[in-house]
Amino acid sequence: MSSTKEKPKKPVKTSIPMEEGLRSGHLACQGCGAMLAMRYAQKGLGRKTVFVTPACCWTILAGPAPKLSIETSLLQCPFATAAATASGVKAGLVSRGDTETQVVVWAGDGGTYDIGIQALSGAADRNEDIIYVCYDNEAYMNTGIQRSGGTPMKAWTMTTQGGSQRPKKDLDKIMEAHSIPYQATCTPGFPEDMVKKFQKVRGIKGFRFIRVLSPCPPGWKHDSGDTVALSKLAVETGAFPLYEIEDGKFKLTKKVSKRKPINEYLKKQRRFRGLKDKDIEEMQQGIDAAWVEFEKRS
Amino acid sequence: MPRLKIDPEKEPTILISDVPISVNKTGTWRSIRPKIDREKCTNCMICWKFCPESCVTIDSGTPVIEMDYCKGCAICEEVCPLGCIEMEDEEGR
Amino acid sequence: MRKVLMGNHAASVAVGLARADVVSAYPITPQTQVIELLDELQTTGKWKGTFIRVESEHSAMAACLGAATAGARTFTASSSQGLAYMHEMLHWVAGARLPVVMVDINRALGAPWILWTDQTDSLSQRDTGWMQFYCSSNQEILDSVLMAYRVAEATLLPAMVVYDGFTLSHTYEPVDVPEQKLVDKFLPPLKYEYALDPKKAQAISSLALPKPFMRMRAKMDADMHRALDVFEEAANEFEKIFGRRYRVIEPYQCDDAETLLVTSGAVASTAQAAIDELRKEGHKAGNLKMRAFRPFPAAALRKTLKPAQKVAVVDRNYSQGHHGIFCEEMKSALYSLDERPEIYGFIAGLGGGDITIELLKEIWHETHEGRADKTNPVWMEDAR
Repeated sequence: MSSTKEKPKKPVKTSIPMEEGLRSGHLACQGCGAMLAMRYAQKGLGRKTVFVTPACCWTILAGPAPKLSIETSLLQCPFATAAATASGVKAGLVSRGDTETQVVVWAGDGGTYDIGIQALSGAADRNEDIIYVCYDNEAYMNTGIQRSGGTPMKAWTMTTQGGSQRPKKDLDKIMEAHSIPYQATCTPGFPEDMVKKFQKVRGIKGFRFIRVLSPCPPGWKHDSGDTVALSKLAVETGAFPLYEIEDGKFKLTKKVSKRKPINEYLKKQRRFRGLKDKDIEEMQQGIDAAWVEFEKRS
Repeated sequence: MPRLKIDPEKEPTILISDVPISVNKTGTWRSIRPKIDREKCTNCMICWKFCPESCVTIDSGTPVIEMDYCKGCAICEEVCPLGCIEMEDEEGR
Repeated sequence: MRKVLMGNHAASVAVGLARADVVSAYPITPQTQVIELLDELQTTGKWKGTFIRVESEHSAMAACLGAATAGARTFTASSSQGLAYMHEMLHWVAGARLPVVMVDINRALGAPWILWTDQTDSLSQRDTGWMQFYCSSNQEILDSVLMAYRVAEATLLPAMVVYDGFTLSHTYEPVDVPEQKLVDKFLPPLKYEYALDPKKAQAISSLALPKPFMRMRAKMDADMHRALDVFEEAANEFEKIFGRRYRVIEPYQCDDAETLLVTSGAVASTAQAAIDELRKEGHKAGNLKMRAFRPFPAAALRKTLKPAQKVAVVDRNYSQGHHGIFCEEMKSALYSLDERPEIYGFIAGLGGGDITIELLKEIWHETHEGRADKTNPVWMEDAR
């Protein structure tokens, strides 16, 4: 800011709210997708929000004590408990007369797909009036990149160094089986879509589930500058559909009719370096088949 | 031998974290830094939109990257639709 | 008002009187009636709190963590396997300095499957930072829950009220149920000073460093010590309002006892009957009932027991390869004295076996007549 001339105040139009809920100076890796995800979630959710975070990258990203990297409150809780702790926070706040504050779980895939799935399923089953956000970076990243139920087939991790032998758990289908009022997917490559969904959930009562695909440079082994590009490619290749399910009605929020070949997405990530041509072909077929379903339902 | 002595009246019971993380200047992390070509820049704010450090400020309608915090991730270089941003070596690193 | 209540229902009635805001629990034998009555009280509008019917005990304590952080008065109940399942959360809630209150209905821990009472489940949690209070009657269960809220909220340490499975939990006894307005006097609404305030940007329980962590644990210890005095104060007020007096240890005929039993839980009331019989037979016998296990009433014990006395600790629990836990803790509490009584440990009733008046008298005689072991515990079995 070295200008000496008086600059006129130009009105700025941005496609997402300007107010920041995220403070600079946090400890995220360069290009952290989970950090971008929080930035957009904050813009959608606003200040009347309390986060509940189990063990995950955000345990540290919230800022080691006594620092805080966001503009809203956050309760740290043990790994398996996010959805149960959040159920308690909501009940506690309501019992004290606060029915407005949104209680939002902010959990990684480990605390959602695996160790946290019992509490998640229980809370969804009870239709707890909370928002559950899983920022999905597809492995246990905070402990150094170990395989999770969210790790895609054939992906390298420190505990699947020959490539994961099991497909990614279809958590979205699992959540669909819980009769909840709202679930959605989003990713930081599409901030407008993401902010819109986070704004929308504020007006819905009951259990709301949002899964946010969050690229991770050290874990996916991609250049830090490619986080947004990869997030976009995940959607544009059809690997990650953007949709909402409201009261059981499925709707794509971004129709991708002409999908880019999946290899566009895979080749930027060295965790997929072990893939053979036939693996990629299988993946492509899987995506094409899945999209027949998506388009039928939408 | 140093003994741990506390005054139970004065010792904090729990640690509340409310100090803004912005005291932590992460600009020291980077080895490359972004440079905006002001001639080409149309102030579209896409770099502001995608910065994970939330360190692009908007000054009179122009994006300004706060070097105290920029980690040099290069997302801004990647997303700028007109290629106005170029990453150059950080001096002395 | 006098009512005939089973132990479990005495607990639920107390929780309702305490006006708990949030209860979260998962069923386990022999606890189920605690939560079933709470459900009934809620359904009939007699209790206005929220009941979160969680999907596991670990989640039950997690929900208490969340609700207590939001400033609510909370409660859960469990036993045996369920208590063990929430172990991690017990540490967490104590470290977070939340005044959660729960009841643990003593039931032995498998393997193999076992249903009946034994104290190993609650005593296994002794290092978690929770206070523990043991009951010998259904009246004590009701009263201890009220006392637990009072002491927990004044010290910011969670409290566990412990009572025998089936022997107390499922047995009906007459209980004096206090009036709501008197309970309100004893237990004003909770004002938790660190309650989450959504208007402020604060994180709770974020990553700490070693030095501040240790200092917080030292502070917790100071509060655990202070809890003994807080209990006294609360017990004084309890007596003024409700007419019943509780102490952290309750000596019965110990002043001139040559040999005395140390007991806890329902066995403590059986022991009183055993002492009465021994006294009738001309023996200088006494019983020391342990009510508080955490904080451990070490100073009270050092003051009450005399160096010339023989002490027989009856443990319905065990720490494998070592000692019954009450015995071990007593030995440790008295070790620093230049002159100390002889302490003998007895293991009885693991898995719920009966501890009868005859068995207790046998233990007393073994100790008094010098046949007990100074080093290792003696295992006793009911002769029938």
